[in-house]
Amino acid sequence: MDLSAINPLLFVAGFLVAATPLIFAALGELVVEKSGVLNLGVEGMMIIGAICGFATAVETGSPLLGFAAAAVGGAALSLLFAFLTQITLANQVASGLALTLFGLGFSALLGQSYVGVKPPRLAEVNFGPLHDIPVLGPILFSHDIILYLGFAMVVAVWAMLKFTRAGLILRAVGESHDAAHALGYKVVRIRTLAIMFGGACAGLGGAYISLIRVPQWTEGMTAGVGWIALALVVFASWKPWRLLLGAYLFGGITQLQLNLQGAGVAIPVEYLAMSPYIITILVLVVLSADKSAAPASLGRNFHASS
Amino acid sequence: MKLSTLLASAALALGLAGGAYADAHGKTKVGFVFVGPVGDGGWTYEHNQGRLAVEAEFGDKVETVFVESVAEGPDSERVMTQMALDGADLIFTTSFGYMDPTINVAAKFPDVKFEHATGYKRADNVSTYSARFYEGRAIQGHIAGKMTKSNIIGYIGSFPIPEVIRGINSAYIHAKKVNPDVEFKIVWAYTWFDPAKEADAAKVLIEQGADVVLQHTDSTAPQAAAQEAGNVITFGQASDMAQYAPMPRVSSIIDDWAPYYIARTKAVMDGTWTSTDTWDGIGPGMVGIGEISDAVPADVKEEALALKASIADGSYHPFTGPLKKQDGSDFLAEGETADDGTLAGMNFYVEGITGDIPN
Amino acid sequence: MIRLEKRPQASQAFSWAAPLLAVIATMFFGGLLFAVLGKDPITSIMTIFWEPLFGDFAFYYRPQLLIKGAPLVLIAIGLSLGFKAGIWNIGAEGQYIMGAIFGAATGLAFYPTESFLIFPLMVLSGALGGLLWAMIPAILKVKFGTNEILVSLMLVYVAEQFLASMALGLLKNPEGFGFPGSRNLQQYASAHNAELIAGSGMHWGVVAALIAVIFAYVLLARHQLGFAIRVTGEAPRAAKFSGVNPTRLVLFCMGMSGLLAGLAGMFEVAGPAGQITIDFNVGYGFTAIIVAFLGRLHPIGILLAGCLMALTYIGGDIAQSQLGLPAAAIQVFQGMLLFYLLAFDLFTNYRLRVGRTEVA
Repeated sequence: MDLSAINPLLFVAGFLVAATPLIFAALGELVVEKSGVLNLGVEGMMIIGAICGFATAVETGSPLLGFAAAAVGGAALSLLFAFLTQITLANQVASGLALTLFGLGFSALLGQSYVGVKPPRLAEVNFGPLHDIPVLGPILFSHDIILYLGFAMVVAVWAMLKFTRAGLILRAVGESHDAAHALGYKVVRIRTLAIMFGGACAGLGGAYISLIRVPQWTEGMTAGVGWIALALVVFASWKPWRLLLGAYLFGGITQLQLNLQGAGVAIPVEYLAMSPYIITILVLVVLSADKSAAPASLGRNFHASS
Repeated sequence: MKLSTLLASAALALGLAGGAYADAHGKTKVGFVFVGPVGDGGWTYEHNQGRLAVEAEFGDKVETVFVESVAEGPDSERVMTQMALDGADLIFTTSFGYMDPTINVAAKFPDVKFEHATGYKRADNVSTYSARFYEGRAIQGHIAGKMTKSNIIGYIGSFPIPEVIRGINSAYIHAKKVNPDVEFKIVWAYTWFDPAKEADAAKVLIEQGADVVLQHTDSTAPQAAAQEAGNVITFGQASDMAQYAPMPRVSSIIDDWAPYYIARTKAVMDGTWTSTDTWDGIGPGMVGIGEISDAVPADVKEEALALKASIADGSYHPFTGPLKKQDGSDFLAEGETADDGTLAGMNFYVEGITGDIPN
Repeated sequence: MIRLEKRPQASQAFSWAAPLLAVIATMFFGGLLFAVLGKDPITSIMTIFWEPLFGDFAFYYRPQLLIKGAPLVLIAIGLSLGFKAGIWNIGAEGQYIMGAIFGAATGLAFYPTESFLIFPLMVLSGALGGLLWAMIPAILKVKFGTNEILVSLMLVYVAEQFLASMALGLLKNPEGFGFPGSRNLQQYASAHNAELIAGSGMHWGVVAALIAVIFAYVLLARHQLGFAIRVTGEAPRAAKFSGVNPTRLVLFCMGMSGLLAGLAGMFEVAGPAGQITIDFNVGYGFTAIIVAFLGRLHPIGILLAGCLMALTYIGGDIAQSQLGLPAAAIQVFQGMLLFYLLAFDLFTNYRLRVGRTEVA
């Protein structure tokens, strides 16, 4: 065993990257759930984002255009969910699962000609002298623009929910759609917009995997990140800051177990591999004293005459 | 009536049983059962390339069919049965987990030939085949041992099964031979497929000082991680991954099933097919060594090619004694080579590798 | 102007017609998709829906429908009880895995002794494995109010790692030359969940699924507990006043769904699958969630939905091999089918009104 082999600076920088797809996808879902809608199709929207982003980046040579396309792709797929749950009032759990199935299949069809292709790289943001600050430099100032965007979005969503009228309306719709409707808010329209925002974020998260974290296109490459993102929203009890914390915790534990393996710590690997999930459960139990958080109308459909 | 007789008689009654169908149409039908999607860029992708090579070789005389992403267990048994019912003459089942289903289905269709990859159960109409990837690992180990400056070589394993352990041992033996100070850091991903986790594993190994990363997983994630780090070298796995040449990818192990698939299809056409156990390596071309790039010094490249040639012509075996096991007990005496049985079930590290195999 | 109006009560006619309409719509648009991919749409659709049921080899595929559908129905029935009461166990996949591990481990512990007692013991321990695994989220929920969706989902990943560890370690076949995977229970008579009538596809898991359907039907229609489940889901406050004990309800619903998922896993590993391997689980636990909702959480509906899902899987594989359709196209097709089924359900509870009949 040689724990000194683990470089704490690189370790922290590493899990910032690992957490970014989770942050995007979970943040989008948080907004969706705040509006009272449960969309279990995150994995499907992520993988669509992954291929839309990848294909666009390869064709245009611009990773940033790729990310834009990923957001559009994710949002477009989420419209399908919005139609099912908001217009035809279908069950949200089943619609979300169907969306995942559809997304996985459809992305594979779209991606047939992109297997084995190498995408253009997104450069790190040039912070000049900031990059050379000891400790903070390698941790904070050595990443790509999208990672910072993820962080900025957490702040933006937090501020939007807390301070703006739009946030207030969103929360009102999520708490009681009937009351919001009575006040004259367009429940269906607001929820549809929230769902599209969730789709766009999931798409960005997927593209972060296919364009930066891995980077390649392979069928089914999101490999369950969307499900973790869903769990993260509950874990964070619908609070953006806790979501950030949760994503770092989850990314951190995964990184830590790989680091420990590399350092030769003699813990059975399969139990190490389980550890992120078990620790998530434990933290959840500790946090579950806080019951104020879940939007009251979560998962329930709204129809104006009901 | 038992199901097997029912199936066989029904197939016969319909005139679709293997041989009859082939004769009637003059086409040999070859089925492939794949465990992943053909777009996985790795294991299944390469088997599908083999299938396409069969089509290219025989043209109109052959018809190939495949089903992808077939789960091991009852689903695979159903897909095999279905192919046999539809008149396949030869069926390749390309995952270890298809072993018992292949044997079960083969018993019901004695006229259909089956080829099971990486397994050990055979029957009159079931052959097994596998590739000696460890031969390629020996060459990787040699290059890695020569080129590492930090003397730390990272290795990403999927699951601790004999196939993977054999590869680790082979790479280690040959790295150690040219560089006695070399150390292996092994990380088990505990997944067959999770590119993001592979990327993480590669980054962790690089952060811990590895300047060579070997992988027993199929994604290009480790290549990209190495490229970003700059001074780290890697090897392509399953496919050539030439898009990452000349650095970080300095060479590769390529699964090349085409020659075998073509030969076996030909044997069915000629009526010369018999049940065999094939375990081919570099020599017959089942294991390909991708172009060694210019990032490797010329003398090292020359040695690597010489090693490849000696393995290919059989004059050198990668597991040649004297070798000890990790616990210090004797494995192979001076000049002794490991027999295939030992290699197939290898579940121990050789002396010098630190850490324990999980379980 | 077209607007939706809630029906005074659910339309019986539409609850039957909606699935049919959905299948027709899927055939049409799925056919379009296949045409875009360069395949003959009519042949493709026929291959998926007709071939397994009435094609040349239907004698083989029909029993396969039972084998593929039984675990789906068994798990979905258990899940539907909780879903009706607003208790969300989405970790059936993990409970399925644990049931299989417990069941197989029990059987293998006796190897090679032959006794008629072994199989019933395996059934019991399989059920116990699923039950225990489901009790973790259940107890955390009643003790600490922890969200059961998340805990049950996390436990799926834990169970998957545990499965890998078992397949590579404790349960590894000692005669397997070091390869992963347990002994094959199909070759161990006392532990084999064999077909009851050869070639029929009927194994104990199918029987259990049918019993579960009847059990759930009776429970929901006639029993006090069934009433408690329904009232909790529809009006949680009313449930409190009518004396429903929410703690017991959570424990019952989670426990029942875990137990049935565990049984499904045990019957699968002892029968069609035969052995514990790293990739033993193939997503039945998640697909069953879809099946439960497609069946509108009604036992008979779930039975039919399970058969329909099984049909698309089997037909899909045939279409892949006969027509060269990619697996992804089949997945998209299944997704479409689900979308239409869900969307057309609208007309069961609502109807379209043309014109301005009331002021919004």
